[in-house]
Amino acid sequence: MTDLAQLESRILGDIAAAGDEAALEAVRVAALGKKGSISALLATLGKMSPEERKTHGAAINLAKDKVTQALAARRDVLKSAALDARLASETIDVTLPLRESPAEQGRIHPLSQVFEEVNVIFADMGFSIAEGPDIETDDYNFTKLNFPEGHPAREMHDTFFFNPKQDGSRMLLRTHTSPVQVRTMLGQKPPIRVVCPGRTYRIDSDATHTPQFHQVEGLVIDKGSHLGHLKWILHEFCKAFFEVDHINMRFRPSFFPFTEPSLEVDIQCRRGNGEIRFGEGEDWLEILGCGMVHPNVLRACGIDPDVYQGFAWGMGIDRIAMLKYGMSDLRQLFDSDVRWLNHYGFKPLDIPTLAGGLST
Amino acid sequence: MKFTLSWLKEHLDTDEPLQALADKLTMIGLEVESIEDKAKQLSPFSIARVISAEPHPNADRLRVCMVDTGNGAAPVQVVCGAPNARAGLVSVFSPPGTFIPGKNITLGIGTIRGVESRGMLCSAAELQISDDHDGIMELPADAPVGHGYAQWAGLGDPVIEINLTPNRQDCTGVHGIARDLAAADMGKFRDPAIKPINGEFPCPVKVTVEDPALCPGFALRLVRGVRNGPSPEWLQKRLTSIGLRPINALVDITNFMTYDRARPLHVFDASKVKGNLTVRRAKNGETLKALDGRSYTLDPGICVIADDHGVESLAGIMGGEASGCGAGTTDVLIESALWNEINIAQTGRRLGINSDARYRFERGVDPAFMVPGLELATRLVMEMCGGTPSENVVVGNAFGDDRVIDFPLHEVKRLAGIEVPFPETRRILGHLGFMLAGSGPVVKVAVPSWRSDVHGKADIVEEIVRIIGLDRVPMTPFERGDDARKPVLTMIQTRTRRAKRALAARGMVEAVTWSFIAKPHAELFGGGQAELALANPIAADLSDMRPSLLPGLVAAVQANANRGTSDVALFEVGQVFRGDRPEDQFVAASGVRRGFASSQGIGRHWSGAAIADALDAKADAFAVLAAAGAPMPALQIVPGGAGWLHPGRSGTIQIGPQNVLGYFGELHPRTLERLGADGPLIGFEVILDRIPDARKKPTRAKPLLELSAFQPVSRDFAFIVDGTVKAGDIVRAAQGVDKKLITEVTVFDVYEGKGIDPGKKSVAIAVTMQPREKTLTDQEIDAVAARIVAEVTKKTGGALRA
Repeated sequence: MTDLAQLESRILGDIAAAGDEAALEAVRVAALGKKGSISALLATLGKMSPEERKTHGAAINLAKDKVTQALAARRDVLKSAALDARLASETIDVTLPLRESPAEQGRIHPLSQVFEEVNVIFADMGFSIAEGPDIETDDYNFTKLNFPEGHPAREMHDTFFFNPKQDGSRMLLRTHTSPVQVRTMLGQKPPIRVVCPGRTYRIDSDATHTPQFHQVEGLVIDKGSHLGHLKWILHEFCKAFFEVDHINMRFRPSFFPFTEPSLEVDIQCRRGNGEIRFGEGEDWLEILGCGMVHPNVLRACGIDPDVYQGFAWGMGIDRIAMLKYGMSDLRQLFDSDVRWLNHYGFKPLDIPTLAGGLST
Repeated sequence: MKFTLSWLKEHLDTDEPLQALADKLTMIGLEVESIEDKAKQLSPFSIARVISAEPHPNADRLRVCMVDTGNGAAPVQVVCGAPNARAGLVSVFSPPGTFIPGKNITLGIGTIRGVESRGMLCSAAELQISDDHDGIMELPADAPVGHGYAQWAGLGDPVIEINLTPNRQDCTGVHGIARDLAAADMGKFRDPAIKPINGEFPCPVKVTVEDPALCPGFALRLVRGVRNGPSPEWLQKRLTSIGLRPINALVDITNFMTYDRARPLHVFDASKVKGNLTVRRAKNGETLKALDGRSYTLDPGICVIADDHGVESLAGIMGGEASGCGAGTTDVLIESALWNEINIAQTGRRLGINSDARYRFERGVDPAFMVPGLELATRLVMEMCGGTPSENVVVGNAFGDDRVIDFPLHEVKRLAGIEVPFPETRRILGHLGFMLAGSGPVVKVAVPSWRSDVHGKADIVEEIVRIIGLDRVPMTPFERGDDARKPVLTMIQTRTRRAKRALAARGMVEAVTWSFIAKPHAELFGGGQAELALANPIAADLSDMRPSLLPGLVAAVQANANRGTSDVALFEVGQVFRGDRPEDQFVAASGVRRGFASSQGIGRHWSGAAIADALDAKADAFAVLAAAGAPMPALQIVPGGAGWLHPGRSGTIQIGPQNVLGYFGELHPRTLERLGADGPLIGFEVILDRIPDARKKPTRAKPLLELSAFQPVSRDFAFIVDGTVKAGDIVRAAQGVDKKLITEVTVFDVYEGKGIDPGKKSVAIAVTMQPREKTLTDQEIDAVAARIVAEVTKKTGGALRA
């Protein structure tokens, strides 16, 4: 074995033995540095004859290339090992529980959600949305709606009154959203298509009544809308709202002072295990009242009942919300118990749409 | 309104089964509320005889009975605790498996104190046929052992209760209900003519009606020489079947007429009436002891029937005890009158009397039946009690008004969307008692006297449609028209909806609290005005319309804390009231945070948690304002808020002093104390109506985006200022140096403590400059920086931190 071969073998051995990048660098300097062993051999070439230089030079350069390659390979190995070693020491506890994002923690009240659902459905049918004040006059809440003074029908509404004013008149809390119909008819010419959602009040308090509750009322006034349209609208609404393919509805004659003919509407359902299924079962559940707007109401609002006609309906938002989402006690809607709100409330990104579904 | 099936069949000739009749009633507008079918419910209960009753070996009060249940079956052993269980007694037996309505249990085979019991001997209370639970029932010795008890006892008559709407006075009597059913093809209406009874002498009592508006008609007749005992069994059964108590024949007749013919009557014992009768307004302070045993003090708002003694009867509502008929009555005055509906309703309400008479008179009884009703009652009196009738005394109008409606036949199609053939229309209206003249296109329709609810064309349409059935009205698609699809929400509705979502996205939970709160709480927030106080609140703490959502939210947060949830963030977006006019009602958005319910999240957490502070409330308010479309750069924050806030830890959000949009901060400890809540709590209120409307844009396109080709430059500055200097002032001073070049100023550090003199603080800002035409040179940047330092120093009295 020549000296060169020995040298090469020793350096390669040193490279393999280098335990880290610093040791490897020391091997490189000792071999290829200015005063390195291979550099020293290369320096001897100048003193050689051209023939010698040819053979020796090729051999030395071959050895240098081998060493250079071995250094690079070893450096990669060591660098990779060092990274692995560092990463091995860098661990975190991935089981630490996350904090829920605020958008997951926040809740929309079921009533707000259901108001939006109702709005979405009726907006699609071409209705606009009207609102009116909670504090109303007797005239708008009763008289213009064909509740004559002293009529027993007024007793069907247990009304909250304010104290009489000096002129003897007194304001009241609206007992239904129907005064918004009056305001709409007085303020706009037919054709009219509005829904009027809002808060209403009656003196009542038990498991199924609270002194405040919510209604949505619909009103259509034009020259041709009749009971057949009303039935269709309510049927379409119920299917869309309860998110079922079919629903059986029963329209019964009833009495409201502001409609004639007047109807009450029941939907067929099956109750059991704390939930209600629609479109099946034996029970009939009353969900709304409706009818053709009474000629006296049209007249009181400046509309000629021989030219124009229309219909109106009203339903309890609290009630349909409870039916749809299986809430059992009306009073809990107004209890602000966060345990209840977290359970029955909706997340802020659960926005009801027709394209994406009312509830998903 | 209650009646029984057999009672109905007195007026309706029908073979229809009960369920079909009930379904039809509901579908023609006489909604059946309940059907009580005792025969069906009590079918397992049978008549049985006690063969022997021996003392129980292990219990003094129990007996072991052997019971013959009839039909040749072997005697059954029953353990019985009733004191009257004895050999030979005929009683009522229920086998194991029977549901006992009075106990709400289903009977099983039991072992009582070691003795097996295979059934039960029952009390009347256990069958829910009376309140008598003093022992097992004692039936006559000849009652047929083995037979069904209910059938034997005549309980086989189902009781139907309908939920009558206030317009259908005519159906407060069984007769009227039968007429409706007959019109709906459920049988033949029995309506025999009522023959007048000739009086045999003039009625000695004269009647004067002082105010015909209160009493449009009054008919009276004397029947002399009656014997007033118990009424016949059929009448007593009628009354008890619907829960009325039989009293004596004369009184029972009036109750029967009330329910049978919707014709309330009154009977006076003629011997107790002194002189003539006057219908008049009561005098102030007059009193009457009525038939309910209570004394009423009267006033001129109340209409009475009086004689020479004084008031004898509350007209149309309840008679007086003194002139009532009892066993000793021999001469009876029968009264059949008409009363003013509104006056009856008001009087009944004021006196708190809910009588069967009031129920009918306030709905308006059939005026044309006033005299026939008196004739029918006279006939019943004579049949049951004998006697000689006088002639009738009739005052006022006995027929009511004639209503004739011009009815275009196409009105049914116009309002109800269904074509009803004329013969069918004529048949239905005819059966309901309307008279038709003509054959179209417009017919004249005369309204029967008993239908005081029918006044116009729409009422006639309802009559036709309810009888043919609303299910026949075809559903007709409702075209939405070719109007463009536009947003339907109003501006305030959009703001409301976005405010709710924005707050929920910040981790807050939406509450819905009461619109009314306690007066002292309303006063704390600027409310409590006289015009916002309810005259009849449901409770003292729900007395005044809320001027703010915060009292309700604070109470809700406290209630949650009391239930053990102490870190709570609640919000509400809803109506608040500053006066009683429509323009005084606003939509507010408010929120309250408590404990570890900060913007970071609710509750303590390893990643860090903070107690909610005033600036969380500021962030909430700003989230609402941004979501609702407020012009954010125009908002000004003024230190200090409303009186209900901590003066040093609160702020006012405004656009100029004239338009305050809201407040935020820590709630004042005194406010919390008065609200009964533990603090600290932070909260905010934004009035959504106060946000200025955005300018309307002609298109939906966003403004052109200008992207600069030159890199922005950022420079940091730290200033030492007095502790009272507002960071907002430093930011504004820096921004003001070059509003075009300086695009952003942020505060990235606020420090007080070591290295800073007491009373001072260090505020560090980062200023971003965005060149638009060329890259800034170092000299240009330094020049702007120098002006920033100079401006901040000048405006705040601070100095650049060394």
